[in-house]
This record gives sequence, structure tokens and C-alpha cells, in this order.
Amino acid sequence: MTQTPDRAHAVAGNGGGVVSGDLDDELEPGGEPAPRAPLLRRVPWLRVAIVVGLVVAGIALAYLRSGSGVVVMQAVATGVLIGGVYGLVAMGLTLIFGVLDIVNFAHGSFLALALFLTFWLVNGHGVHPYLALAVSVPAMFLLGMLVQRGVLSGAMGKPLENQLLITLGLSLIIENALLLFFGANPRSVALPGDRGVPILGAVADLSRVLAFVGALLLAGLLFLLLQRTRLGTAIRAVAANDVGAQLAGIDTRLIYAVTFAIGTACAGAAGTLVAPLVTIEPTTGALFNIIAFVVVVLGGMGNVVGALLGGLIVGLAEQLGGLYLPGQSPLLSVFIVFVLVLFLRPQGLFRRAA
Amino acid sequence: MTLLRVEGLAKSFKGLRAVDDVNFEVAEGAILGVIGPNGAGKTTMFNLVAGAIRPDAGRVYLAGRDITGHPPHRISAAGMTRTFQLMRPFYSMTVLENVTVAVLAGGAARRTARTAAAEVVERVGLGRWRDAPTEGLPTAALKRLELARALASRPRVLLLDEVLAGLVPAERAPVMDLLEELRTEQGVTLVFVEHIMAAVMRLSDSVLVLDLGRVLTSGAPEEVTRDPRVIEAYLGEDPNAET
Amino acid sequence: MTTTTTREPAAGRVLPRQPWNRHLIAIGILGAVLVPLPLLLPPAQSAVAVRVLIFALMSIGWNIMSGFGGMFSFGHAAYFGIGAYVSAWLLVERGVSPWLGMAAGMLVAAGFATLIGFLALRYRLRGAYFALATFAFAEMLRLWAINSDLVNRAVGYHVPLRPESSWWYLQFEPGSANYFWIALALTVAAMAASVLFLRSRAGQFSKAARDDEDAAAAIGIPVMRYKLYTMALSAAVTSVAGAFYVQYFLFVDPDLAFGSSVSIQAILPAVIGGVATVWGPVIGAAVLGPLNDITATILRNPPPALEFLQGRGGLDVVVYGALLILIVLLLPQGIYGALRGRWSRR
Repeated sequence: MTQTPDRAHAVAGNGGGVVSGDLDDELEPGGEPAPRAPLLRRVPWLRVAIVVGLVVAGIALAYLRSGSGVVVMQAVATGVLIGGVYGLVAMGLTLIFGVLDIVNFAHGSFLALALFLTFWLVNGHGVHPYLALAVSVPAMFLLGMLVQRGVLSGAMGKPLENQLLITLGLSLIIENALLLFFGANPRSVALPGDRGVPILGAVADLSRVLAFVGALLLAGLLFLLLQRTRLGTAIRAVAANDVGAQLAGIDTRLIYAVTFAIGTACAGAAGTLVAPLVTIEPTTGALFNIIAFVVVVLGGMGNVVGALLGGLIVGLAEQLGGLYLPGQSPLLSVFIVFVLVLFLRPQGLFRRAA
Repeated sequence: MTLLRVEGLAKSFKGLRAVDDVNFEVAEGAILGVIGPNGAGKTTMFNLVAGAIRPDAGRVYLAGRDITGHPPHRISAAGMTRTFQLMRPFYSMTVLENVTVAVLAGGAARRTARTAAAEVVERVGLGRWRDAPTEGLPTAALKRLELARALASRPRVLLLDEVLAGLVPAERAPVMDLLEELRTEQGVTLVFVEHIMAAVMRLSDSVLVLDLGRVLTSGAPEEVTRDPRVIEAYLGEDPNAET
Repeated sequence: MTTTTTREPAAGRVLPRQPWNRHLIAIGILGAVLVPLPLLLPPAQSAVAVRVLIFALMSIGWNIMSGFGGMFSFGHAAYFGIGAYVSAWLLVERGVSPWLGMAAGMLVAAGFATLIGFLALRYRLRGAYFALATFAFAEMLRLWAINSDLVNRAVGYHVPLRPESSWWYLQFEPGSANYFWIALALTVAAMAASVLFLRSRAGQFSKAARDDEDAAAAIGIPVMRYKLYTMALSAAVTSVAGAFYVQYFLFVDPDLAFGSSVSIQAILPAVIGGVATVWGPVIGAAVLGPLNDITATILRNPPPALEFLQGRGGLDVVVYGALLILIVLLLPQGIYGALRGRWSRR
């Protein structure tokens, strides 16, 4: 195996985290791992331009393939709208990865839990679907906090497999507990006054548009929280260097718990926002989980802004893929994009190669 | 006869020249010491020669064969094996198992590998640790294990990266004795990067001094340490300090 | 002071015995002891025993790659599914004996594993990235199978029923002890294969590469090649479980073959029994296999407090999940690993 330095250090060893292969790392292979890159970083405009170019080319190709502008516009609108929600889900996942170094396989099941919570509130108690956010977000925040303190904190610093298996166990428990209590019948939540809204020649459900807007708003809030508040500064500090942050007087255990809770709350918010759009089943969460992972890798593991952009790209890829590969599941094109990104740009689309 | 020849080796990281136009030759059975202040590019040069990283320019010849840019396992198979500065045992295995793997990697049959490995273990003075798991071994034993594992693959050239670092002075002497024996008894050619000047002075036939990625000078140990340029490069770092 | 003073005469000390023969003998004994089991158990319990063996077989395969090889696979459904589909396709579409189908499935699975492995290693994926890539490939196979006319789309395959029992077509009357014996033989063979692998050059090199890839390469081990061998063997073993599964349950569809729950089923027994141990997967399977049955019994006649759960599914997996978390937190070496640790400390 030829060890060219760029690739050799693009992917770190056991932790699986992406490190930037800086000089020290090169001079001293096997030495201290380089500190992780910051959660929020300067926007690399060139890379964004290239990605935007690729997206535009993808849309153009879809047009050539289908020959119908309306079809393509419809796909683009649907893709972007749902992509915003994917972005919100993935932001939570990538935040958890960036700060706690945990590959959280339970993220989708938290979303499923929020879906069922919303269903229960709306259909059982007549709550408006969007008011359910006021319950689902704090509830999921609290649950995330409990899970991190109660279960995951015992495995901090252990090999990646341990944490992966624990979150896998959590997802099995949540998903199947939902199956146990609610049964496998698909459910749905209706948004009062839902109707089609024209967008640039395409039509989208109002609920879809509102989910997109809501996701963007929450994503913006999360960004502000990370960028502007003391808590956000502490979270970013822990993400960059947890030992250093601890030395600087930050209670890292609290930050771990709060970060996991914020991440889970993102899944919860997304769950409520998409409740009117999807069939509500215990397995719905798994689908979002898969997509969130794709988005996270696309955006760069630990990159919060990248996750939002990645969400939009995956939403588009899913819809446009249906035009490229008619008859195949839209998820297949998502996975093809995923595997290509894993192989060619494991550090994500927006980060400089190591 | 020249066994290892390095010509114009160069490597930059992000525009910084870590190794720049390094040339040297090592005759069969000779011992070359490589010294230089911290950040002089010793480890990078070492990694370039051992194939861990690919050079930007220059060539490495082993027994006349061009091995530039070959992957480490092929360089080892060609007869040049390295050790690691930070000990890197196969942690799930005992000392004997570690060395057995290396004997197998050298192409020995499975039937005889363990006996051969046991001999190497004894040879490097690890006999009392032979069946111990590598977890929890003292540094001195792990350093010897690095050496044993490298020897077990029967190299013609042994590249030693700070094999004495981390040992207390009393532990160094036996390792140095062992290295000398390897040369005199088995004709192994040694290239070693070392901070400990006493060892360099004692073992080396010749010394290569690196500074800022370039060869500052090379020659017999006594000449080199008297060279004013070497003393200047080490300014603030006494070259004779027992670090 | 020279090293010679610290040397001890090499001939004076016997080399430690290696565990391989003991393992092989123990595996043989286990197999022999279990032979009369289906004659002793009621038919329903025999079915549980067969399921335990299928679990074990899947996980023995997973353990070779992810335990001994240290490459965490989250997509062993790919190989299970390939084993299932190749044998089912050959049988249903071409009338080929499932035994040949099994062999073909092993080859295809090994080939696919080599391909995935080559790509993943070529692009230096590790840890989470490697796990996600294996997962992605298994999912891609599932999605492809759902939409491909070649393999009957989402419908999958029913194995045609034969008028009489046939060893050649691996079909017997329902509940026949032959199914158990075949599964037992396959499991014993798989365990023996993993012991022989560990003993072999390839196994030793894979373990070394797992422990420290750079150090392994530095002593001359072609790491990539041996990792690929390991993956191919692992995939082949797991594919046998898939091929047997189809013959036993007489049915397969894309979710049963390639679903992510299948990948999880390959992981769980090894983790619970003990990752990177010869016995872990079997012990874990023996713990997990009956759970399904027990929870089903509970849900069929739930205690009064849980009456509303009657007829619901999912409890077994909830228990799996809880068990998984407990094991990882409390016995990270797994059951066998913990027992062995306690034993050797004495």
C-alpha cells in the first residue's frame, strides 16, 4: 500500500475523525494527533463555487435526460425543500460527532420518537402540528441529556466501536419500543389548511414549504448559538481541543451532555416539522438516519454549516437521481453520491484536502 | 561495497522544505549515525528512506536497486527494515508472538518460525519477557522488542529511529553492545537517528549532520563534533548533552 | 556488562503450547455433543436451535473481518444476501443444487468483499468511515434488488417445494432433524475455518495489521493483500448462512437478505459473546437465539399489566438492544472474553 502523505493523513486512525495533516503530523508520524478543525470555519468560496457549479450541471443534465422543464423544476423545488430538513437533522448529527466524537446511530430514532410524539399530541390532544414543537424540542433535549449522562458518558474515550454499538443498541430499543407500543400501522398527521403553493413554476405543499422555512430558521438559531453565545464558544472550544478547553476551566462533561442534547433536539425539531409530510412508522427514523449520515459526510464530519449545504445537495440528488435512474429508488442515487464522496473527498466537500 | 545510496532526496510540506537535497552512502557492514537539532528533518529523511512517505525528488538505492517510493513492505522484503521511535508493538500479542509474526513475514516456514523467533528474543535479551503480553512491558523491553521484530525479518540494513531514547543510561549500554554485535557477528548495516551523542560517538563509523533539512556536514564522529558549523547549529542545545 | 549476561539458554525453556489444537478438539467435541439435540428437543425448540446456528454462522463470518481483522463492518448483510440470492437464483431460475449455489454464493460474496475492500482500503477509509462505506454497499445492493427484474424485484424468491426429501436439493419435511445437522456441520466447519485462519500466516498477518498497520508493513507484511484475504474469507462464511437460510425458510426477499437488521444480526452475537474470540459468536448466538422465542411467548400471553401489548412485535429487539448496551458498558470483552479473563487471572 503506497502511503502518499495527503491520503495517509486525510483520515485519522482510530478516532476516524478527519484531521488536517499539518507539518507536525508529517514530521512525526505516530506522534500526537493534530487537533481537530474548528466546528465553524471560514467559508471556502472557491469550493462552494465548484459545488454550486456541479449542482447546476446536475440540474442541466437532468433537464437533458427528462426533456421537461416543469419536471426538473418540480424535482429541484421538492429536493431543496426537503433538503433543508435533512440539513437540520444532519446539523445535530454532525455537532455530536464534532464535539463528542460519537457516530450516533440513534439519531434517526430520536427523530422517529419526535414523529410519534407529534402524532400523539396532534391526533390525541388536538394540538396544532407546529405548536407541538414547543413540546418535542424540549422533550428531546431532555432525553438527549439523560441518554448522554446515563449511557454514553460511560463509553467516552473508549474505542469507536463501543460508542457505535451503544447508539446502535439505543436505536434498536427506541425503534422497537415504538413498534411495540404503536404497532406497525403507518400513521399520518394532517396540517390544517395544507395546500399546494406555486414556486417558480413548480407546486409544493404548504407543509413542505413551512418545514423548509422552519428548518432554516432553527439552523440559523443554532448557528447563532454556536457563533455568538458563551455556550457556543465553549462548545466550539471543546470540539477543537477538549483537553485544552478543560484546562481553560470549561466543564467538558456538561458541554458533552448539552451538545448531545442540542443535537437530539435538532432531530426532535426536524421530526415535528416533517410529521405532516411523511408516513409515520417506527422505521421512518432509520431512513432519515441514513440520509443524515450521507449529509454529514458530504458536509464534512463535524462541520455544521457544511451539514446544512450537504442537506440541500442530498435533497437535490435524491430528486434528480429519480430522473437519471428512472425505476430505481431515489435513495440509490443518494448512496452513489455518498460512496463517491467517501472515496474521493472523505474530508467533505467544503474542506481543503489535507 | 555501497549497500545503501541516497541521492538528492527532497521533500516539502506546504512549501516548507523538510528535507532538501540529501545525499549519502552507507557501505555494507558500516554504521551511520544521523544527528541534527530538533526539526532538522531527521525523522522525515528516515521516513523517506523507509518508504513511509514518498519523496518529491531524489532516489534511494538498496544494493544497487532503485527502491524510491516503494511501499514499506516491499522495502522490508528487499532487505531494509526500520524501527519506530515510539514503540509500536502488536499489542494483542505476546513478545514471542510479535517476533514470530516478523519471522513469518521474512518468509520462514510456520513450522520453524517460533523456534527462530525464540532465538531472536533471547538474542536481544528479552528472554525473561518472552511469553509476556506486550501490554504493560517497560519501555526498555519495548525498545528491545522493536529491535527484535526488525531483526527477525532478517534485514541487511537496519534503520533505527532513536532506539535509545527513553532509556536510562544504565539500560543504554547493553543495547549499544547488542548493536555492535549485530554488525560484527551478522554483518548488519546500521543507519540510526539518535539524540544521544555518546552513542553516536561510540557506534558510528561516520556521522551525517542534518540542519534545516540539508546535510550540514558528514564524516568521522570526532571530526564532525568539532566542526564549528555543527556547534553553531546546536547552539543552545549542547551536542554532547545526555538527553 | 553485555547482553550475553542477560541471555538464558534458549534450549532450556519449552515454547508455550499454542491453543489451536485445543480449540479444534473443543469444537469437534461441541459438534459431537450437539448431534442428538434435535432428537431430544420438541420440534419448536429445534427450530430455535437452527436459528441459533444461523446466527452463529453469520457472526463467525463477521468476527473474522471485524474481530480478528479489526475492520468494523456494518454491512455484512451484503454477504448474507449474496449467499441467499445467488443460491436462490441458481435454484429457482436454473435448477442448480443449493450446495452448488452455496459454493457459488461464497465465491461471489468473496469477490464482492474483495472489491469493496479494495476500494475502501485504496481510499484509506477507517473507523466510522469504513463502517459507513460497508453499510452503504449493503444498502445499495438492497435498493438494487428491490428494483431489479433480474432478481424478481421486491417479491424475492420462493423455493419450489419438492415432492420428497432430497439431500441433493437440501430439502426435507418441515421440522426434519436434517436441517439442524446440516446447520451444525456448517457451523462447526466455520469455527474450524476461523481457527485454521488464525493459525495461518494470513491470520497472523491480519492480526498484526489490525494491531498496527504501519509496524506490520515495516516488517514486510503486504497489509492490503492480507486484509483483502481476511475480508474475502469473512464474506464467504457469512454467505453460507444466507444460502442455508433460504433453504430452511424457503423464502427470501431484499429486506430479509440485505436489510440493515441483517447486518446488526451478524454483529450482535460476536459482540455479546466476545469480539475477536473463536467462541464469542457461538456463545452470543446461543444467548440471542432463544430470546426471540421467549419474548414471543410473553407477548402471546402477556401478564395482566402488559395486556395491551398482546400480539405486538418488537420486544425481542428491545431486549437485544438493552443487552447490547449492557454488554458494551459492563463486559466490553463479551461473555467469553470476560470468562477467559477471569480464568487466566487465577
